[in-house]
Amino acid sequence: MGIVKTAKLVYEYLKHDEEGNVEAVNRAIDGVDIDIEEGQFIAVLGHNGSGKSTFAKHINALIVPTEGTMWVDGLKTDEEQNTIKVRQTAGMVFQNPDNQIIGTIVEEDVGFGPENLGVPTQEIWERVNKSLESVHMTEYRHHSPNKLSGGQKQRVAIAGVIAMHPKCIVLDEPTAMLDPNGRKEVIKAVHELNKKEKITVILITHYMDEVIDADKVYVMDEGKVVMEGTPREIFSQVDKMKDLRLDVPQATEIAYELRKSGINIRADILSIDELVNEVCQLK
Amino acid sequence: MIRDITLGQYYPANSVLHRLDPRVKLVGTLIFLITLFLGNNIIMYAIATLFLAIVIKISKVPFKFMVKGLKAIVLLLMISVVFNLFLTPGDILVKIGILKITKQGLKIAIFMAVRLAYLIVGSSIMTLTTTPNDLTDGMEKGLSPLKYIKVPVHEISMMMSIALRFIPILIEETDKIMKAQIARGADFETGGMVKKIKAMVPLLVPLFISAFRRANDLAMAMEARCYTGGEGRTKMKPLKYEKRDHIAYLILLLYTGTMIGLKIVL
Repeated sequence: MGIVKTAKLVYEYLKHDEEGNVEAVNRAIDGVDIDIEEGQFIAVLGHNGSGKSTFAKHINALIVPTEGTMWVDGLKTDEEQNTIKVRQTAGMVFQNPDNQIIGTIVEEDVGFGPENLGVPTQEIWERVNKSLESVHMTEYRHHSPNKLSGGQKQRVAIAGVIAMHPKCIVLDEPTAMLDPNGRKEVIKAVHELNKKEKITVILITHYMDEVIDADKVYVMDEGKVVMEGTPREIFSQVDKMKDLRLDVPQATEIAYELRKSGINIRADILSIDELVNEVCQLK
Repeated sequence: MIRDITLGQYYPANSVLHRLDPRVKLVGTLIFLITLFLGNNIIMYAIATLFLAIVIKISKVPFKFMVKGLKAIVLLLMISVVFNLFLTPGDILVKIGILKITKQGLKIAIFMAVRLAYLIVGSSIMTLTTTPNDLTDGMEKGLSPLKYIKVPVHEISMMMSIALRFIPILIEETDKIMKAQIARGADFETGGMVKKIKAMVPLLVPLFISAFRRANDLAMAMEARCYTGGEGRTKMKPLKYEKRDHIAYLILLLYTGTMIGLKIVL
């Protein structure tokens, strides 16, 4: 069993009318089976309302399945005695950087998680130092979070999760509110953590460029996993992606258009470098 | 306008006052405020002024930061001065129509103005030299005996520290909404009191909605980081009295003793 595994996961939102009666049932997740291996970099794609954020909240036991089961590191998330352990194992970074920083000083915020876990003072400091180092934010440790840029705030939020020593980090659209530079910073930090600390990363996003380097991609639509595979496998199916109202990386799109106009070029091109290489070899 | 409030704004600097235990600063501020209201003669106010001046000097916080806090209470200050000036009975100094200024009124008005100003400056020194987290930590620890009578001390201090963290964010947001509404033709400047208050509605409604949304997000983020309340929590920066804290208590004792002594003697 992998670090995160689901079996026939279903989650329903209940819509209540003014008297509190159930008016409608909205199935946000509909029979998802996923098994994620430890140490991998996983990307989850999907347009708004595809259920990807709801799925992310399941991994952190913020919500529990209506039907089916979810295991995080072998622990069932719907059992109450597991909640804290699950949240420590699978840390979560949210979209809005302002709304997830609790401390008024960077280092105090990073220490918030370990404080909650009851870690001894001396060890909290060691963890905070190490976490800030791993996202290259040590020089800002005494700053107020309000004075940081969006990318820096997200890196602080990531450090706050790392300090809890998780095996897995779930990032729910961490770059959606950032400028291009901030996005690069955050994605770079996440990749580093995955490679150096061997932390499993589950990145939920709708920026295709962030997905290229993932080990595996899941595409969600209307609560179901509709595609899964390596980024190359996924993005070479340009038509199917368009049907799902999703984009493909720019280089892939150009290659696709070129192929459509009868030029013999590979379909699974992901990066600009690859595209340049291929185009230069054309006669 | 709203940006002028310095209360709850930490000014980073490296001074003895910054390093003092927040409990000392809390007790010190409280004592200072009490002695202000104890005072009823010039010598006591002179000592209080001297004490305040020394503390300001030690704090290394620019004086203008403290004065900024005063701007917010100018109106209150004026009202209390005017009322005391004209409504205190006693020996008449000046008489204009039905309004009369008395000797006693003048004295009380001046003392009141000084008290209020010192009150704000005194408490700003505390908030300027203590990070909000230290402050709430100090309160949590200082009030921890109240836990035995079921007062949720930890929860209260957590709420306060979060409120303090979100003050600048909400101020920025207010500014943004204000500009957005002005761009759509909203008028916050002209008109009478009633019109101005009515004009605030399109400002407050989006602000409240956004504040609730933030609260919801933050609660989720806290839960995701295993927050379950005060039970079983350790501290990253536990409070411990050092030598300088004992010395500070000694100085405070001396100050209080002098003030009480003067109150009795004079």
